[in-house]
Formats: sequence, structure tokens, C-alpha cells
Amino acid sequence: MSAPIPYAEAVAEFEPVIGMEVHVELGTESKIFCGCPTAFGAPPNTQVCPVCLGLPGSMPVMNAMAIESTIRIGLALNCSIAEWCRMARKNYFYPDMPKDYQVSQYDEPLCVDGYLDVTVPTDDGPMVVRVGIERVHLEEDTGKLTHAGGATGRIHGADYSLVDYNRAGIPLVEIVTKPVTGTGALAPEVARAYVTELRDIMRGLGVSDVKMEEGSLRCDANVSLNLPGAEWGTRSETKNVNSLRSVERAVRSEIERQAGVLKSGGRVVQETRHFHEDTGVTTPGRSKEHAEDYRYFPEPDLVPIAPAREWVEELRRGLPEQPSVHRARLAQAWGIGDFEMATLVNAGVLELVEASVAAGVAPDAARKWWAGEFTRIANESGVEPASLAVTPADIARVEELIASGALNDKLARQVFEGVIAGEGTPDEVVAARGLAVVSDDGALLSAIDEALAAQPDVAEKIRGGKVQAAGAIVGAVMKATRGQADAGKVRELLLERLGVSDS
Amino acid sequence: MSAITRAEVAHLARLARLDLAEDELDHYAEQLDVILTSVARVSEVAADDIPPTSHPVPLVNVTRPDEARPGLPRADALAAAPAVEDDRFRVPRILEEEE
Repeated sequence: MSAPIPYAEAVAEFEPVIGMEVHVELGTESKIFCGCPTAFGAPPNTQVCPVCLGLPGSMPVMNAMAIESTIRIGLALNCSIAEWCRMARKNYFYPDMPKDYQVSQYDEPLCVDGYLDVTVPTDDGPMVVRVGIERVHLEEDTGKLTHAGGATGRIHGADYSLVDYNRAGIPLVEIVTKPVTGTGALAPEVARAYVTELRDIMRGLGVSDVKMEEGSLRCDANVSLNLPGAEWGTRSETKNVNSLRSVERAVRSEIERQAGVLKSGGRVVQETRHFHEDTGVTTPGRSKEHAEDYRYFPEPDLVPIAPAREWVEELRRGLPEQPSVHRARLAQAWGIGDFEMATLVNAGVLELVEASVAAGVAPDAARKWWAGEFTRIANESGVEPASLAVTPADIARVEELIASGALNDKLARQVFEGVIAGEGTPDEVVAARGLAVVSDDGALLSAIDEALAAQPDVAEKIRGGKVQAAGAIVGAVMKATRGQADAGKVRELLLERLGVSDS
Repeated sequence: MSAITRAEVAHLARLARLDLAEDELDHYAEQLDVILTSVARVSEVAADDIPPTSHPVPLVNVTRPDEARPGLPRADALAAAPAVEDDRFRVPRILEEEE
């Protein structure tokens, strides 16, 4: 096995071609072919019936909303909508489907040939990449397997498996891109930006809750490398990419791995690989014993779908504002440029900033917290910013405390640290940790005197009119008060003490 | 020249997880050949203006409204399962040891 080579070297020598396959669980009330509820997290096998359990004699009936949502997704992705198409049976033996086939679509997808423009920030400013959409089709989700008996909970080495069919039959939309070329070193960011944009579109359409952590948006990333000018290389398909951050990491790690294989004279094997959140690398998945042969054929129990053109046009007219248009409007309202906007989008914090602003936080402050402190904390703990335990109301409250002079920026960070660690509301954290700006002049003056005594030469300089030297004393006072003083106030008192004026 | 080879029948049998004996492969290869040859004759008659029929009833867009209703009680859902554990269907090992 060859070692991966560093990313910069990999992309200097090879050109990556990426392709994304995204599955979105629709947020319908009922399953695709039966009336079973679809709520996430129900006890195992409590949302099942003869249809989704594949019991003999049961017959599927298509959920009208599943068709409508799929068409709306296709329209939002600039696709053509089929005038007539059929569902197809995909035959395979795997216990995640009780019927031994999955009802999907094969050569007649409901939506084809669209595109989605995504923006990635680069050193030269935002770059727009048009990602072609090959197809959008409708299928049924599969059941959930738990592997028992093995050491790792994985299918390898398991003695047997347990199946919960609650998820089997939930409508699932598969969105497949065309190969994306020419993105070079930006390929991982483009992949992430694409999934982010797609997620925002789904959310805007209201067709899915698109929670990657709950599996309602799942992503497979295809990656291949080729030498400039040469034919495309063999691709691998990485599964188990369960967060926006992982999309970027998985593509990057695959580029490094494949470059290592190619550099050492090896061949990339066409295979399914699994991404590991903890280590950030991919490992080979289940090797296919033989070429896939699903023997697709038109589903005989469901009649063809023929969406009337007038209806499709009506759905098109009802589409919500595109996320790109929505963002342009926000950028203008917040007085920020394309680059700042792209940064917020790619950090996955745009809607969080939006919600914070709606809760009364000033746009600049909301951006500062989310794109700065909170993104840093989220990255350090390897989670998405959205999953941090801080609410727009918390931010609004802390900003209020800052405005009133009760907190300064440094203390505010400590308050959020406490809030995120589950210590309570901002006010509770302030009380419990004793965080408050020291505004008692007496306490500050004695700290100033101590600092002046400790640095007599600096004191002398300030007295001599070198006001800029005051910073060293202010710093010492801030340190002595563990950041709990208002720096502006300290400076003011200091200059007053020394009888010099500022300017 | 038959419409399907014995090897193809063996392949299909494996995909369908049918454990066919040698004489059964011969038997089904012969029968499937008759079926495929007959279908091929229909295809000869059907010109390009006749689309392949996948559904015998000329209907499209049969749907139901998106309304949830309770499914089976769990005990009923699991009743016919050969094995149950933790309220889930217990199925035999999926991958063989050597994989």
C-alpha cells in the first residue's frame, strides 16, 4: 500500500474530477407507497405495515406529495421534467429491503439535465462554478441495519444483523451531478459548496428537513484523478459522508490517497470506500463479489407518472426565492460583499446569522460571533456550528450586556464558552462564573497604581507626553483584573491619574 | 441457436439465489428458450409505432394524498419473523467469514 501524498503536491500534479450523489429524504407525512408515518426516532418497527414490509398481496400506491416535491426539486435545479416516466424495480438481496427489491427509477428519471451554480471563496475573490445535474429521481428509502456480534458494530465480522423497517419506504430523492472538472485544488471546497447550496435549496423548498446528522441528507462523493490532458482516471465512490465538513475532508483525503497510489505506479481500484469522521480518511468498503446486476424492470404495481405541463408550470411559478437571490438580498441588507457572504455560506452559518439578526442582534455582531468564535469552537470539537448549544436569543442577550457595559468582548467569549458547555443561560453563566466588568473606580485605580509602580519607566514616558506608551499599563491592568475591566475606562482613569490628556 | 444459453440461466439462477441442479438448468434453459423465442416473434410484428407495454391498463398518475395513518402494531409486524431481537427482525450473517 502506498502512502498518501500531501495535498498541495497531489493537486499540482493531478487534476481531480468529482461527482456527487446526494440522497434527500422527503419530509412527507406518510411513506411513499403506504400511509405509515415518517417521524424520525420512533421505536423500531412501529411505523410499518404490510406494504412497506413487503408482505404478500400488499400493493403500493404512490404518494402525490412525493411526486410534487421531486418535481419542485428538479425545477429548482433547472432540470427538464419528464412528460412520462415509470418507476422501476432494482433487484438485490440484502435485508435492508424486505421485498428483495427497491422501487426506484432507472432509465426514466422524473427530472434530467439541470445545473446548480455554487460560489466558493478563493484568494482572487469568489468563484462561481456551474455544477451540472445529470438526474433527479424518486425512490424508496431502505431499512436500518444494526450489526451484532462483531467487535466494531460493522458488517465485517458480524454474527448476525437486526433490522428496523421504520425507514423503509420513506420517499427518497436521489440527485446525481455530472462530472465536475476543472476545479483543481478547489475540488473539495466545490464539493462542500455544492452540498451546502443543495441543502439550502431543499430547506427553501420546504421538501425536507435536510439534517445530515439524522441522515435525511446523505452524500456520496466520487473522485478520480488524471494527469493534465490525459483521460479521466478510475473513480472511487466514498460513502458515509455525514456532514458538510466531512464532504470537503473526504474529497481531499481521497485526492491525497489516489495521488499516492498513482505516484507509486499503482492503479486506482474502482470501489466503494467509507469515510471515517474520526480519522478523516477513507477505507475500502465491502468488495463487490461480482459486477452489479440489478435486473431493473418497470415496476408492474405502479402506473406511469405523466405530470401535466400546466401543473409543472404552476409548480415552477410557485418556487420560492432561490438561495442565491435570497443571499444577495441579505448581503445588501447587512452591507457585506460577495466574499463575506461566501465565507458565511461555506462555514455553514448563514442561516444562524440570519436567525440571530432576526432575534435582534446587529448583523456585524452576529457575523462576528458565528464566523469567528463559534466556528472555531465547532471546528475544535469536530461538530457543525449549528449543533452548538447557543441560541440566537443567547447572542442577543450577551450583546445587550456588552452594550450596557456589563460585559466586554473578552468576558462575552467566556460567557458563550459557558453557555456552549451547558452551564445555563448567559445570565446564569455570568452569575455562576462571576463575570462582570469591573467598573468600580477605586478597584481600578489601585490596579493602575500597582501597574505604574511595577513599570516606573513606562510611567515616566507617559508623564513626559508619550501617550501611546499607555497601552502597556492598560494591558497590565486588564491582566490583573483578569480581563474584567473596560479597557477604555482604564485608559481614561490612567491618563487622568498622570495628568496628561489624550491627543 | 437458442435465445438463452445454459450459462445465462445459471447466472440468473445465482442472481435470484435459486439453487438449481444440473438437470434443472437444462430443463429451464429449454423452457426459457421457448418463451423468449415466442416473445421475439411478437417483437417482429410490432413496428416502431407500437411502444413496449409495461402496464396492461392504460392509466397514469394514480396517487393517494399524503396522509399518515397508523401501521401495524409492532407485535403483529414481527409475528411472522423467524427470529426477533430487541424489537427488530433478526437476519443471518450478511457477509461470509472470508470477506
